Amino acid sequence: MNKKKPVLAAAIGLMAAMAIGPAQSDPVDDKLVIDGELEMVTRTKAPEGSPFEEVLSGWLYRTEETRALEADSFQNPGMLYVERGEEIWNEVDGAAGKSCASCHGEAASSMKGVGAHYPKWNAAAGKPYNLELKINDCRTANMEAEPYKFDAADQKALVTYIKHQSIGMPMEIDLSAGDMQSWWERGKERYYLRMGQLNLACATCHENYNGHYIRADHLSQGNVNGFPTYRLKQANMVSLHNRFRGCIRDTRATPPKAFSDDLMALEVYVTWRGGGLSIETPAVRQ
Amino acid sequence: MKLTRREALVLSAGAALIAFAGGRAGPAFAGAAETDQAIKDFTGGTEPQSGRITLTAPEIAENGNTVPVSVYVESPMTAEDHVASVMLLAEGNPNPDVATFHFTPMSGEATATTRMRLAKTQNVVAVAKMSDGSVYVDRKEVKVTIGGCGG
Amino acid sequence: MATPKPRVKVPKTASAGEIVTVKTLISHEMESGQRKDQNGNAIPRKIINKFTCTFEGEPVFSCDIDPAIAANPYFEFAAKVEKSGTFAFEWVDDDGSVYTADAKIEVN
Repeated sequence: MNKKKPVLAAAIGLMAAMAIGPAQSDPVDDKLVIDGELEMVTRTKAPEGSPFEEVLSGWLYRTEETRALEADSFQNPGMLYVERGEEIWNEVDGAAGKSCASCHGEAASSMKGVGAHYPKWNAAAGKPYNLELKINDCRTANMEAEPYKFDAADQKALVTYIKHQSIGMPMEIDLSAGDMQSWWERGKERYYLRMGQLNLACATCHENYNGHYIRADHLSQGNVNGFPTYRLKQANMVSLHNRFRGCIRDTRATPPKAFSDDLMALEVYVTWRGGGLSIETPAVRQ
Repeated sequence: MKLTRREALVLSAGAALIAFAGGRAGPAFAGAAETDQAIKDFTGGTEPQSGRITLTAPEIAENGNTVPVSVYVESPMTAEDHVASVMLLAEGNPNPDVATFHFTPMSGEATATTRMRLAKTQNVVAVAKMSDGSVYVDRKEVKVTIGGCGG
Repeated sequence: MATPKPRVKVPKTASAGEIVTVKTLISHEMESGQRKDQNGNAIPRKIINKFTCTFEGEPVFSCDIDPAIAANPYFEFAAKVEKSGTFAFEWVDDDGSVYTADAKIEVN
């Protein structure tokens, strides 16, 4: 095989995609209805102050086959992790001899809507908490169990399960609580901050070039309503902070640590940007 | 906003590096000859005909790691006249074998759907063997793309 | 992931002679044997290599599986049902483990 070929192809591809004549391809005009029953909001009026008129779910940027996978809750491989999360919910762990269910009972009722409102201000910690941090807090304080390490299989499954209890509900966070507004501002700065050898900000791809192709990838608005999301590439669940880090790594920058203040601020900000979209967890993406 | 010339150049260089690194240590690929041999082993040398079998796969796969694929073979599916097996192959994978489906009259219809891995853009081949020994084939090219940042 | 868990979907009821759609999914990494670990050593192959579906002991559909089947293997196929009964499903792992599931259907 000619080793030079991919180099040229990639260079020409990118030039063509981003510099010479950006290939614009609109997101599809399609409705996401899970199992023919649950109608999802994949397009909605953007929150005031957003650079967009309309916020769009990443689902609209995917191919027909990938969209179909998410629309069928049986075919969606992410549902395997929802089932695993249900097992964890009921498993006793830690010195206190408790499971999640010991205190919270049936997740279908106690967790309904909960995941749709994270990240949330945590007064004790003096910072916003996402579900992962909240779960670890609960594990150490109430279950007397070890906190999950970032991206442990059980952490991803449990977060997926809890978030899934809010499927179809609008993602909406409360910026008036505590110091959320300043975290939002910090996240906004981070969103527009150019980084890495490629000198890209989040906004370069997901605001300025969404709808275009970067090589073969159809760039979305980068909304987070489907996380944790089943990615075909990994054939596994991918957490939001894993995706943040992957994206930043791809700009040739050193990614901040998962759940660091930088990424928590970014989570607050991008969650706000996609406000009103339905929680799709587990979404299916490329 | 438009990318400046410098930004575009930096982007290209970065992507080129990634593509180069990725392209170097690839495994050997099966190729058409090995696929033909696998088909011969499956059919016992009977020449495949076209028709009756339909292979459905996306023209462009969003990710080669999970590519949906379906086969359907026209047949009355009776004890006397049915589809015995369908072999699925991928010419450009390190090994061409993907899966072999076995049907019976109780299948009612010779149809199957699964998800496969494709190492690169290539032909996917489906070969059906009927209860009377006749053989049918269908082929589809599936383009496998690389993510935007190589990530 | 923990022990592979199968999921199956079969209609609860059907009329005699009807052809129904059967869907199956199982959690499994399908380690292809083609990958290398961080030290450059080949990761040994570990896949589900065989799937079978029977109805009241009679074969309906089966599949020989190679490493090119994606992680979390999905199989969808058809079955013609003449009477009420139970579908039995079986997945065989390279390590010899067998994972099973079943589903009842009422035919009237």
